Formats: sequence, C-alpha cells, structure tokens
Amino acid sequence: MLARTVTHALVGLDARTVEVEAHLQNGLPGLAIVGLADRACQEAKHRVRSGISAAQLTWPSRRITVNLAPAGLRKEGSGFDLPIALAILAASHQLPLHRLEGHAAIGELALDGRIRPVRGVLAAAEGARRGGFDRLVCAAESASEAALAGLKPVPARHLAEVVAYLRGESEPAPFTPATTNGAPPQGDELDLADVRGQERARRALELAAAGGHNLLLAGPPGTGKSMLARRLPGILPPLLAEEALEVTRIYSVAGLLPPGEPLVRCRPFRMPHQSSSVAAIVGGGSGPRPGEATLAHHGVLFLDELPEFQRPALEALRQPLEDGLVSIARAEGRAVFPARFQLVAAMNMCPCGARGDPAAGCVCSVQKLAAFRQKLSRALLDRFDLVVAVPRPRAAELSGRGGELSEVVRARVVQAQERIRAGPVRRTTEASGLLDRAVERLPLSGRGRMRVARVAGTIATLAESESVEEQHVAEALAYRAPKELAP
Amino acid sequence: MIRLTRSDRLFPERLRAIFDPPKALYTRGAGEPEVLGLRAVAVVGARSCSPYGAQVARMLGRELASAGLVVVSGLARGIDGEAHRGALEASGLTVAVLGCGIDRDYPASNAALSRRIEENGLVVSEYDPGVEPAPWRFPARNRIIAGLTEAVVVVEARERSGALITADFALDEGRDVFAVPGEITSSLSAGTNALLKLGAAPLTNAGDVLDVLGVERPAAGEVVQVSTEAAQLLELVRDAPAGADELTARGVLEPGAVSVALTELELAGLVAAADGVYRAAP
Repeated sequence: MLARTVTHALVGLDARTVEVEAHLQNGLPGLAIVGLADRACQEAKHRVRSGISAAQLTWPSRRITVNLAPAGLRKEGSGFDLPIALAILAASHQLPLHRLEGHAAIGELALDGRIRPVRGVLAAAEGARRGGFDRLVCAAESASEAALAGLKPVPARHLAEVVAYLRGESEPAPFTPATTNGAPPQGDELDLADVRGQERARRALELAAAGGHNLLLAGPPGTGKSMLARRLPGILPPLLAEEALEVTRIYSVAGLLPPGEPLVRCRPFRMPHQSSSVAAIVGGGSGPRPGEATLAHHGVLFLDELPEFQRPALEALRQPLEDGLVSIARAEGRAVFPARFQLVAAMNMCPCGARGDPAAGCVCSVQKLAAFRQKLSRALLDRFDLVVAVPRPRAAELSGRGGELSEVVRARVVQAQERIRAGPVRRTTEASGLLDRAVERLPLSGRGRMRVARVAGTIATLAESESVEEQHVAEALAYRAPKELAP
Repeated sequence: MIRLTRSDRLFPERLRAIFDPPKALYTRGAGEPEVLGLRAVAVVGARSCSPYGAQVARMLGRELASAGLVVVSGLARGIDGEAHRGALEASGLTVAVLGCGIDRDYPASNAALSRRIEENGLVVSEYDPGVEPAPWRFPARNRIIAGLTEAVVVVEARERSGALITADFALDEGRDVFAVPGEITSSLSAGTNALLKLGAAPLTNAGDVLDVLGVERPAAGEVVQVSTEAAQLLELVRDAPAGADELTARGVLEPGAVSVALTELELAGLVAAADGVYRAAP
C-alpha cells in the first residue's frame, strides 16, 4: 500500500515542498527512511514508532519504506516526524487517504505521542500556501505562525487528536489568533532620557536613525557607548506590517521566536560577542542558517569592542552592508538571507582604553597603538558615515538633567524619514564651497567627502530645510572619522 | 645621494665648528647642499607626545619655516615628525637628520613624510648606506641636529629624553636653547620644565625664537573672521581644552550648533581636535 503526505523543508528562509511517501510491502518488518535524510531525520523512526503506539494505533508489522522526495534535497531536522507518521497510518488504512487532501503537516513527535513545535513553521506555511494547500497540521504552539501565513491551522497537541480529526470524528481545536495590532510592547524598552550628557553622541544617534547611517562610537570604557547603542531601536519608526512578517520569518527559521508572541513587533537589536566566527555573523552551516547580520534585519547590529572582532568576521560584513543581503553558496545550492541592518559599533581609542579620559593617562606604546589601529581596515572604517568620539563626561554633565524622551526623538525621525523618501535636497553653492575647502584643509578622502555630503543631507532634512546649507555641511564635518583612527 | 666630506667647500660651517664634527655627511633630496648652511632652528622632543605637544610642534614648524628659517629635526615619531609636517605645511625648507644609514627610512611609518621632505629639503646622515638604526647612534645623531642649527627648541621631553641630549650639545656649542613650558603635573613636560629651571629661555610663541635670532617676523596674515558663536566657543576652549559635550553644557548653544562652530574654528586653524577633545591653537 502506498500513501503520500506533504510537508516542507527549509532552504535558507525558503520552503521547498517535500512529498513523504510511505510504502508497505511484505517482507521482514522494519522501517527504512530514504531521501537524503540527516541524522535527526533518520531518528524519526524511533519517535514515530513510539508515538504511534502511544496514540493507541497499530504499528504495521510489514516492511515499511518511507521516501522523502525530491530525493536530491537534503532534509534536516525533526519536523518530518508528523508527516511520516500520517503517511504510515494512511498506508496502513488507519486514516482515510482522501481526507489528507489540501493538508500539509509539520511537527516533531514526542515518545508519548505529543506534538512538539519546530523552527521555521512560518516559512513552511508560506510554502504550503504557495503550493495550493489551505490547512497546516502542526503543533498548537506553531498555530499562530501558520495563521500569519494565511493558512487555516489545525493545531494539535497529540497525534491522537490529529487522527481523530482526519477520521472526521472531531473538529480541530478552535484557533483564536492573538491580537497583532496595537502598540508594540513598551514595558522593558530603554529610553534615551536615561542617558545624561553625551549631547553630541545623542545627536549623532538621531541622525543615524533618520538617515540610516552607520555609527561608530569611540571612547574610553564606561562612557555610555553601549547604553547609547541599545537605545537606537527605540527611536526608529515601528516596524511596518510586511517588515514585521519578514523579521518573524527569520526568527522562526532561527528558532528564536519568543513563545507567546506570534509576530515580532520590536526592531531587533543584536549584539554578537567579539569571539563570533564568520558563520555566526553572516550565517552558514551545511543547511545554511541565518547569522547575526540577518537576525538584525530591519534592526540594529551592535558590535561592541570592534577591534577585538576577528578580521574575517568584520570583512564578511561588507557584502550585507553594501547589498543588504547575505548569499551563502554551498555545493547543493545558494541560500540568500536578507540583511538590511543598521550597524553601530563601539571601540576604545587605544588598547589600554584610557585615551580620551583626562583622569587616566594612556600607557600604550606607539607600536601597540599602531597595531590596534591596523586592525580596523580602511574599507570597514569607510562604511561608517558617523564617527563620534565619546570622551568621559565631567561630573557636572552626569548630574545634569536627562535628555529628551525616545518618543520625542522618534517623532522627529519618522517625519525626517518621510521627507527623505520624498526626494533628496539640493546643496547650495556656499555649502558645496565649504565642502571643497574642507577637502583641502582636512584629511578627507573622496569617499569621506561623499559621506559628509550624505550626512549633511540628513541634517538638512531633520532641520526641515529646503536645501543643504553651509551650517549643515559644517555639522556633518564634525562627525567625520578623526585622523587618530586612520590606520 | 651626495657625500660631503669635512674638507668639502659645501660642508656646513656651523657643523664644522663643533667639538667632534662627522667625517662626512651623506645627503639625499632635491634640496641643494647649501640648504645646510642657511639659518636653521631645531625643533625636537618626545616620540610619544601629547596632543598639546604635537600641536605646538606643528605650529612652531609652520611659523619658523614661514619666517624663512630651515626647520631641522630627527624624523622620529611624535614631536619631530610634527615639526617637519608644520614646515612642509608652510611650504618651507626642512632637514631631517637620521641615526642610521642614509638609504634607510627609520621609522618606517614616516617613510612618506621622508619623501615629502626630499621634494624640497634634505635628509642627511653621517652613516654609510646600510647601517642599521641602533639606540646608541641616536645621541650621536643629536649632536648633528644641534650642530646644524643656531637654536634648539625642546617641545616636550621626559626627564631622561634624547631631546635633552640635543639641548646639552647645543649648550656646549654655545647655541640658544628654548623650552616650551608644560603642565607641572605632566611627566611629558618634566624634561622641558627642568631645562627652564636651569636657565633655558621659555618659549610661548615662535616670535621668541625669531627675536633672539634677529629674524624679522613675517607680516601677520589677515585676521580670520569667525561667527559670534564660534568666537564664544573659542574663548571657552582657550580657557581649557574641552570636549564638544562640555561646551554644550557650558554654553547656550545646541549640540548641533556647537558642532557647526567647532568645524568653523577647525577649518580656520584656530582649534585642533584630538581624541574628541578640542584645543585652541597657540
């Protein structure tokens, strides 16, 4: 007897349709899974067998062959348990075959027959919808992801529930989608008002948010560099519906979706550790998984202690910074992950960290300092439009009042972004003149000039000016990379 | 490359007059050997200098060169390099004295600077090509720096600095010695302050040297006009070096306006920024 169910395998963020065929024949009883199944997938044998007995169904004592087609596609993970179980049950006439029509299935089986959620259900559900399915049998926890893709979920806690539903003995558990509209959760959000002093860095943060510029903060430890960076998502406009869906898909595939929250509504903030490998940053693995750059899509990627990162990991960021995506080539094909993030980095000004701190003298030797600067490639430094030295604030600044609230700044950022979308502002002749003078007088490269011009445009837009004036260029020049950082 | 022996007509007179002049002097660069005979001042100091020292050295290099003097130094990192750069900024002549073979660039990080010096000035050494740099060659090099010049300015020096050796040579040969006063708490100024105690002439602007040497001060350039906001900030920065945020906290200007004014001052050459701290030009 032959029966077929349909599920989906993940390739990057995409889902490919996989047919699960179960064939029963005479011979020595046993189960063989073919079709490039990986270790977790091979182990399905044991889970499926226990799960079927736990649901008080019969394990057919025949020779069972399960084929995962297309056979050339590598199958990974435990999401095939449920479709394999259903195919075996249908092949052994314990389920009416025709009832499976229009259904896709995904889920892991526990030994007691419970159904566990797996990663990437949103992507799989979207694949199912494109494939013309309208129902997805999945774990109850994954139902909201299936609903996001526009499918009718069949949420199930146990294999027995699924079988009862497919036999027409019971209706699927009712599914009420969690409310996805309304304001994003505010509770633990960090507010810009907590930052005292650091006026210039705060201003740069606002410019970065408005113009989508990458920001580098340099200064001695304990001056609030990471504190500032963490507050950038809070002043960015809220995620649009399709952006939220994109972020949710990524988090679902990465298995990082917070339980009880069907849709990610806060802009991501990712802060990988300095020891991160290239694969951790841009993604990788044999069945490529998204890296930090992709997890920060539509959000902020924060690299603290920038010079401590491995050089290859930093260089690998150049492609996503340029194109907004990461493409990972493997022998079996290529996975493309979106990675349109805003880069914020923080660093000390010297290896001992004391430079820029009037209270502590820097004790670094000239050679050590040179080696430290050597680590930052010019190519990477060139990607930062805004570079701000964050010196240690004096006590007077710290005791001063806190600054504006995040929401006040966000309102300005949202307006500025709207105006930027309306079109670029022109530079006046005086402003261009100043830019030319600056190139002559200051150490400013051609690329540096372009960056200053871009930032000046953002400043002008934020000031609701009709054109880029001299003072806008002058302010932009204050955020150029200082000569001390040049290798 | 030219080799001038001590008996050569072009061998600089002042250097021939010292206690132990070198047997020969190698030179490379586009400058004529006569450059070595022109009126010259040495600007020397610590390799690991402070932003203050770097700024003063560059200013001195610039102003002494624009008054027509040749700026002599040792091509080292820090003060020496800044003094050369200052002279080049003013399109003046500058001479670098090496402590290694004439064909070497030491330190390698100043190789580009060395090329620029050679465009008009000279790089000189008493050592044959191929001689490695070694710690004990630098004091000997310093006697040439002192010997080539009429006055030696020490910008920043620790208590046991090579720059003080240069000053000693200068005193032995009866040349003028100037020292730039520094903060008494800074170890980088310990050497210069000690020189002042011993009777070196304090230097607070390039004019001090020009007056002693009897060189006419160049006509002052037109005074740079800056906006009122910039002028306000300049006052504050002249009181004490400060970061942009301190200026925002003290003044009445918005953070954006502070940045605008500081850039204006920077372009006018009235302030210089280092590690996020702005200092007034001396």
